[in-house]
Amino acid sequence: MAADAGALEAGPPIRRARLRLSGFLWRHPWLKALGLLSPPLAAFLILYIGSLAVLLISSFWTANAFTAAIEHTWTLANYRLIFSTAQPYLHIAGLTLEMAAAVTLTDAILAFPLAFFMARLAGRRTTAMLFVMVLLPLWSSYLVRIYAWQTILAHDGAINWALNGLGLPDQNLAYTNTAMWIVFSYVWLPFMVLPVYAALERIPDSYIEASEDLGARGSRTFRSVILPLALPGLVAGSIFTFALTLGDYITPLLVGGTSSTLIGNVVYENVASNTPLAAAFATIPLLIMGVYLLIARRLGAFEAL
Amino acid sequence: MTTRGSRISLAVWSGLVLAFLWIPLVVIALYAFNASNIQGWPITHWSFRWFRVAWDSDARGALELSLKVGAVATGSALVLGTMAAAAVARFRFFGRESISFLLVLPLALPGIITGMALNSALFTVWGLAPSMWTIVIGHATFCVVLVYNNVVARLRRTSASLIEASQDLGADGWQTFRFVVWPVLSTALVAGGLLAFALSFDEVIVTTFTAGAQATLPIWILDNIRQGQQLPVINVVAFFVVAVTVIPVALAQRVMRDSGIIRRGAAKVTEAVEAAEIPAV
Repeated sequence: MAADAGALEAGPPIRRARLRLSGFLWRHPWLKALGLLSPPLAAFLILYIGSLAVLLISSFWTANAFTAAIEHTWTLANYRLIFSTAQPYLHIAGLTLEMAAAVTLTDAILAFPLAFFMARLAGRRTTAMLFVMVLLPLWSSYLVRIYAWQTILAHDGAINWALNGLGLPDQNLAYTNTAMWIVFSYVWLPFMVLPVYAALERIPDSYIEASEDLGARGSRTFRSVILPLALPGLVAGSIFTFALTLGDYITPLLVGGTSSTLIGNVVYENVASNTPLAAAFATIPLLIMGVYLLIARRLGAFEAL
Repeated sequence: MTTRGSRISLAVWSGLVLAFLWIPLVVIALYAFNASNIQGWPITHWSFRWFRVAWDSDARGALELSLKVGAVATGSALVLGTMAAAAVARFRFFGRESISFLLVLPLALPGIITGMALNSALFTVWGLAPSMWTIVIGHATFCVVLVYNNVVARLRRTSASLIEASQDLGADGWQTFRFVVWPVLSTALVAGGLLAFALSFDEVIVTTFTAGAQATLPIWILDNIRQGQQLPVINVVAFFVVAVTVIPVALAQRVMRDSGIIRRGAAKVTEAVEAAEIPAV
């Protein structure tokens, strides 16, 4: 601070003021922390956490059936409607969960061998190249990738062209739940590859050598050493594939059929006409993800991120 | 696990999965040059003419809105994310550990939740009218974490004594920022900003809940796909959007690598997974 004091006497007034300010902040670090943290935190708490609170609260309101105006009276009517067996909502929630589970399983099966190859077999340059090849599709427009599948699955699209080329008959895949499953698995696949790769890459070679020295065959080493250590990565990847499927309505809208309605579609369709019902239905994936994240934390998925 | 047979089958499987990842992107890129206005495979005639038509279409207005929203959202995310990162990396305070968790929520929670929550709060409770600014609020909310993650990672790897040394040498706050903090942070800011822009440019779900009549480019694509209108123009726009979102990400990767921050494979993965946490929802 000696140089500081010397500089204070020299220099133009503006510089002196600046020096005094930075010295003051240095002596009172809590003031600096407060100044740095309060704008982003306040904005975030008001805009986002506040919005989540509003979402929960408005799910207990109702909308007037004729005017769609919101009536601020507390009621469980929306939740009663959702859990009523006479309504389609429970079935839709079930279909959404099944789809999320199927997509997660498919992606795990597709991703694991690729991640294993990248992490343990390929050379450094190949790994770097494969890494970029997985990362770029992840970042390229998700809407465009769904649209690409719409054209590929269409009746005169690339799939049927390829099947005919192989002498096989046309498949009517477009606008079915199968199409929805394929496209979901496709768009979320990179989210599974990257965490599994990260987990596999961290396994020390010596663990595998030790297992072999103790007489384990390849399959035993895989079951008892590699798979348990890769599990946190698989769970971390499944958080993405699961949450993203639960929260999506574009894929069913563009490639699904008439029976491909998921939670997201119901929320989106009701957002203008019956906001409280949409809010109530949006809390279902929130609850599911809450439980899922708790389980994932116990399995060590957060350390794998 | 290292027998020849298993190596070969793993390599073949990896090749097939990569083909699965890339074929749709290649197909859509080729369709942009399809001369016909009928969407059939295989493509028989090639042409650039739809690029001209796309440039003259209403997609250009949507592009302008997307660029504006992306710029403002990225700018806000850079300022707010850097401030939060500096506070978390340099100070200890109650609740510090939960900041990262809080900031990642808008991306970790399903898109309809974030969209629905913002919709209820902005329009129903605060009575705002849908505008470019409500879209920006939504985008900035989930872009902050991208900048935050990059800057926090960078600050944790640089010593705080650099700043003290600068002050001891008589630098004022601005000089310390300009000559010490900025050179250390610049590549992290560029990378975080590029990722934030790419995410904003591509976002659909939250945007459909926070936009009114105005269309960003993804909303324009979605509306036109649903109405089955001007498919050749959609193809060109799709090709363009993929190029525009891929280039910033490739640049961000490069910037982070060349800055010497990522030295070993493991560190690179951490960085990439931090970046990937950030799905193009």
